[in-house]
Amino acid sequence: MIEGFTALYIFMLSAFTGYEVISRVPVILHTPLMSGSNFVHGIVLVGAMVALGHAETTLEQAIGFFGVALAAGNAMGGYIATVRMLEMFKSSRGPQQGATK
Amino acid sequence: MSVFVQIVYFVAAAVFILGLKKMSSPVTARGGIVWAGMAMVAATLVAFLEPGVLDHMSNVVLIVLAIAAGSAVAYVTAKRVAMTDMPQMIAIYNGMGGGAAAAIAAVELVRVTGGHHLSTITLSLAVTGALIGAVSFSGSAIAFAKLQGLIKKTIRLPLHQMLNLVLFGATVVVGVLISMNDQPSAALVLAFFVMALVFGITVTTPIGGADMPVVISLFNAFTGLAVALEGFVLNNAAMIIAGTVVGSSGTLLTQLMAKAMNRPITNVLFSSFGSDGGAAAEESVEGSMKEIEGNDAAVMMAYASKVIIIPGYGMAVAQAQHKVQELTKLLEERGVEVKFAIHPVAGRMPGHMNVLLAEAGVEYDKIVDLEDVNPEFPNTDVALVIGANDVVNPVARSNPDSPIYGMPILDADRARNCIVIKRGKGSGFSGIENHLFYADNTRMLYGDGQKAVAALISGVKALS
Repeated sequence: MIEGFTALYIFMLSAFTGYEVISRVPVILHTPLMSGSNFVHGIVLVGAMVALGHAETTLEQAIGFFGVALAAGNAMGGYIATVRMLEMFKSSRGPQQGATK
Repeated sequence: MSVFVQIVYFVAAAVFILGLKKMSSPVTARGGIVWAGMAMVAATLVAFLEPGVLDHMSNVVLIVLAIAAGSAVAYVTAKRVAMTDMPQMIAIYNGMGGGAAAAIAAVELVRVTGGHHLSTITLSLAVTGALIGAVSFSGSAIAFAKLQGLIKKTIRLPLHQMLNLVLFGATVVVGVLISMNDQPSAALVLAFFVMALVFGITVTTPIGGADMPVVISLFNAFTGLAVALEGFVLNNAAMIIAGTVVGSSGTLLTQLMAKAMNRPITNVLFSSFGSDGGAAAEESVEGSMKEIEGNDAAVMMAYASKVIIIPGYGMAVAQAQHKVQELTKLLEERGVEVKFAIHPVAGRMPGHMNVLLAEAGVEYDKIVDLEDVNPEFPNTDVALVIGANDVVNPVARSNPDSPIYGMPILDADRARNCIVIKRGKGSGFSGIENHLFYADNTRMLYGDGQKAVAALISGVKALS
């Protein structure tokens, strides 16, 4: 259970984390990174699943279904798009460790 | 079971942050997204174990069907889309996330209209998330339609900004009414969502195509925030953390982009090119455009010691990047040093051009950013401009009346020679005359990007 101020603290610390993580990113990675962070908020899928799982009326089921489908699209599309872009980056110094396929 | 679910969410949130961190270097970036992907799969699987989800089998079937449908469509489209069209696809996937956040709020609000009780704070968080998510949803759809060329006109009604403000105010008022009410009516909730969706549309339609990347990035941050807010409503820490991280990093990314384009974010949202009288400041240009033949240009480059290539979106549209890579290899075999200079906003988004060049096989360490490359131009024999225009216009340095004045540019005019490949004699995206084209050391190579580079390639080949 996350109560009042604890939630606020989580919010604040996450906000600073996001800012710090991004601040040293080279321009060449901006588009893949936007796509990557777009994928990360695909976590909304978890929430949409819970909403649909608890649905009691047909209307709730319909909205929930819509939400889960959209969230799944966000996650899957964001992932494939990011991977496709990042696959293309290679160095002229040949393959380096860490750039595992 | 609930503890197990929480542990998996906790690990997933940590891996998302690590994944984003890894994405900040080209060497580790691919590992970063793969990690994040695995965390997403794990989080999705344990979501089935959340209390109450497995109680209704019909809902579980619906969840599986919805995931299958949503991810199948996204998988196929994301696999097929051309790299040049990637920005609008990012917009549409982002919009889907915003829509999902709004849908979560909608389910909660429908339940509240049926008598279920939520505290005022929870209700107001749900409503705020719904507003932001819905705006991101419909706004992203418009951004997609614009970049895809489905909407060609920039629609601007008289008093457009005024109407937007009124609509926004009214939506907020309705949202407050819902939050304050113990059992709001269904009509009020419906009105709220319709108004939020319409606002997303009307706020995006007046924005021009050139500013769209900034808007897409802003909506990306919006969706993150909406997800975080719905995370508070559902008491889901993974959503709060991941959503907030994306919200803040997306805001920073939006600022970086707006800065690179020399367009304050408020200008992007509340005005557009041409409307601030920029086009009216038409002045005469001294000199004339001087044409050059493909073969002569090839000779200039083949005997140069250093060449800097400046690609613009025009190169990508002409699909000339593979030819450019072929030309680079030929020149390097002759001992010419070749670099690529990328303007922060080349392509449709910061970094988009890098992706397009990477697709053609250009190694990323040959690609240099604006600050690093500008001091090199005076020692450069040939600057080759392909399909770029405003980003090499020296007016941005010299003429305070120009709408692009103050925008950082690539100093191609300071190279010893400059060759510009251009389709025709027209002016650029912003409609501003480019003084570089009239400079003494500039030669124009007219033609389709791909054919012009092919001519350069055959010219260089003929020398060996």
